[in-house]
Amino acid sequence: MPEIERRITQAEAIREALAQAMEEDERVIVIGEGVPDPKGIFGTTTGLQQRFGKARVFDSPLSENGITGICVGAAISGMRPVMVHQRIDFALLAMDQIVNNAAKWHYMFAGQVKVPLVIRVIIGRGWGPGPQHAQSLQALFAHIPGLKVVMPTSGYDAKGMLLAAIRDDNPVIFIEHRWLQDIADHVPEAPYIVPLDQALICRPGQHVTLAAFSYMTVEARLAAEALAEHGIEVEVVDARSVRPLDMSTIVESVRRTGTLIVADTAWKTGGIAGEVIAGVAETAFSALKRPPLRICLPDIPAPTSPHLTRGYYPDALYLARAIAAHLGRSIPDAELADRLFRTTPHDVPQREFRGPF
Amino acid sequence: MTTFSLFRSMLRIRRIEEAIAERYGAQEMRCPVHLSIGQEAVAVGVCAALQPQDGVFGGHRAHAHYLAKGGDLTAMLAEIYGLENGCCRGVGGSMHIIDLAAGFLGAVPIVGATIPLAVGAAWAAKLRNEDKVIVVFFGDGTFEEGVVHESINFAVLHRLPVLFVCENNLYACYTRLSERQPDRPIHAIAAAHGCRIFTAEGDDVEAVHAASRMAVADLRAGGAPVFLECSTYRWREHCGPNQDDHLGYRPSGELAKWESTCPVSRLASTLSSSPEGARLVAAAEAEIAGEIASAFAAALASPVPQPADLPGYLYA
Ligand SMILES: Cc1ncc(C[n+]2csc(CCOP(=O)(O)OP(=O)(O)O)c2C)c(N)n1
Ligand SMILES: [Mg+2]
Repeated sequence: MPEIERRITQAEAIREALAQAMEEDERVIVIGEGVPDPKGIFGTTTGLQQRFGKARVFDSPLSENGITGICVGAAISGMRPVMVHQRIDFALLAMDQIVNNAAKWHYMFAGQVKVPLVIRVIIGRGWGPGPQHAQSLQALFAHIPGLKVVMPTSGYDAKGMLLAAIRDDNPVIFIEHRWLQDIADHVPEAPYIVPLDQALICRPGQHVTLAAFSYMTVEARLAAEALAEHGIEVEVVDARSVRPLDMSTIVESVRRTGTLIVADTAWKTGGIAGEVIAGVAETAFSALKRPPLRICLPDIPAPTSPHLTRGYYPDALYLARAIAAHLGRSIPDAELADRLFRTTPHDVPQREFRGPF
Repeated sequence: MTTFSLFRSMLRIRRIEEAIAERYGAQEMRCPVHLSIGQEAVAVGVCAALQPQDGVFGGHRAHAHYLAKGGDLTAMLAEIYGLENGCCRGVGGSMHIIDLAAGFLGAVPIVGATIPLAVGAAWAAKLRNEDKVIVVFFGDGTFEEGVVHESINFAVLHRLPVLFVCENNLYACYTRLSERQPDRPIHAIAAAHGCRIFTAEGDDVEAVHAASRMAVADLRAGGAPVFLECSTYRWREHCGPNQDDHLGYRPSGELAKWESTCPVSRLASTLSSSPEGARLVAAAEAEIAGEIASAFAAALASPVPQPADLPGYLYA
């Protein structure tokens, strides 16, 4: 009998991955500020302490740097900790332990010691978090040799990549997006792995390669659907990993389309979008028919007011307009605007969007 | 500072926070808010001991501190509404408030972030021979951050005019103190750092005020940094306008116990025991209601901020 397609939210998929990892390996422990509390990190850790006990599922004092170092110490001593920060901004307090210790412990002792540590961090956009609670810092982590950095988009990938990250013997920064956590998706129940270094072509197309990170993949797919009605076939590549970047999937796509656009959730300067473009320019410069394009946040911290965030975060309509303009195609703007009109305010997720990915 | 003016200042903060809570559901204040309801006595008792030139820093739960130091109400409300006349023109929202004219030097939501800044401000005051005391408010949870201890150590080492005020409300979000720290007083750690220690029942505004006056006088006279720990309680949810006792993270009856020692209503009934006092309390209620209504109206009359202005704020 074929399995009935099971649909659960990404938050549930993450919780399931954590539970299955704890079931299959008793060295796995879960710790973070709020992990066992009634909100359970947006539902991703709800019930885990009841199920696995207080000896494996922990709340944490507000001590990000110390706890990270403590987890590194536990990881080099036989445990496999999974830490979580409700916002990526809080991990900044732990940069010393992440960058100086976690990322280098294996290297600086010439491979004698492994650091099997997962640090879950959550990014987001909109609805008032402001300058210190809404940063997309993937490039900061991706700059560091010794770290693996991933940003799954679908619930399917979130589960498979979290299981892969927990089984991996290296420190993995696992970046989740708040706007993806409530989206339901097909997620098989049995444990499975999605590799930490492979991009996914989630919509084929011959005219332009649109490499997107995390939540931008959702907006990219909406833009691609709208543009398809005007004869522009966008190949949407969900990058999925940031370090290592799967450049070969992106380069192959660009060889087919000749055009590269990168959509990232972060600022432009020093960001990962520029890294993708550099990689393509280095290996497939002659495949490019026109200059590449980055679609990122403006180079200013996120403001809080909804009047100020309007236009700060590129959405599907912004992407569609930018892609059409970049290809020199004129599409009546009213048609795009009509097609991609949002029924929700700009600063909350497109709740009507339910995948599939 | 008279008992009545301490009372009035608390009542004003209580009513402002309640007014924010009441309007929050309309989804026009689109930023997280951490209300001070239940904790007013700490902010008021401490700030009443300060001079206008003294400086105050806060954290994520800073409305009471801002208001008690004399921060502009309309500018705070406009900020929460994300409007141009807000105290940071909509860039910050409730978690980022500032009123330099009032000596409220800034509040931000990364926990612990303002504690070293307060020490730095006190250091600058000392280096510049300014008659200035700096206060920083923070919670029991914030005390767990390493930077707090690094900062206190430096402050004591250099004998800086800084008052650390720890509002111990027993919780950080939904996690009880006993799940985060061993069973020993927070202020004992500060004492070991070399701070002079005061403690006060945080629902007794006169006790907080008396301790703060001594602390501030000491600091002005060149004494060691002071650490004031106040026991207090957050009545509403950690973040947002609602009650959240139904979630079950606090023992049943705990909130009721603290409500029964409400700093505002206890003082109201003491003051109301004389007819003259009762008249003053009623008059204060009416004046405050009027002030709040006009502040909301003034805040909402603000123009909206323009995204084009944002890049101009990035560099000096
Ligand atoms: C560095 C950092 N870690 C975590 C958080 C999330 N956070 C916001 S408030 C808070 C609890 C603070 O507790 P406490 O200091 O006791 O203040 P209270 O909320 O009780 O007033 C936490 C964990 C944060 N803002 N910054
Ligand atoms: Mg607290």
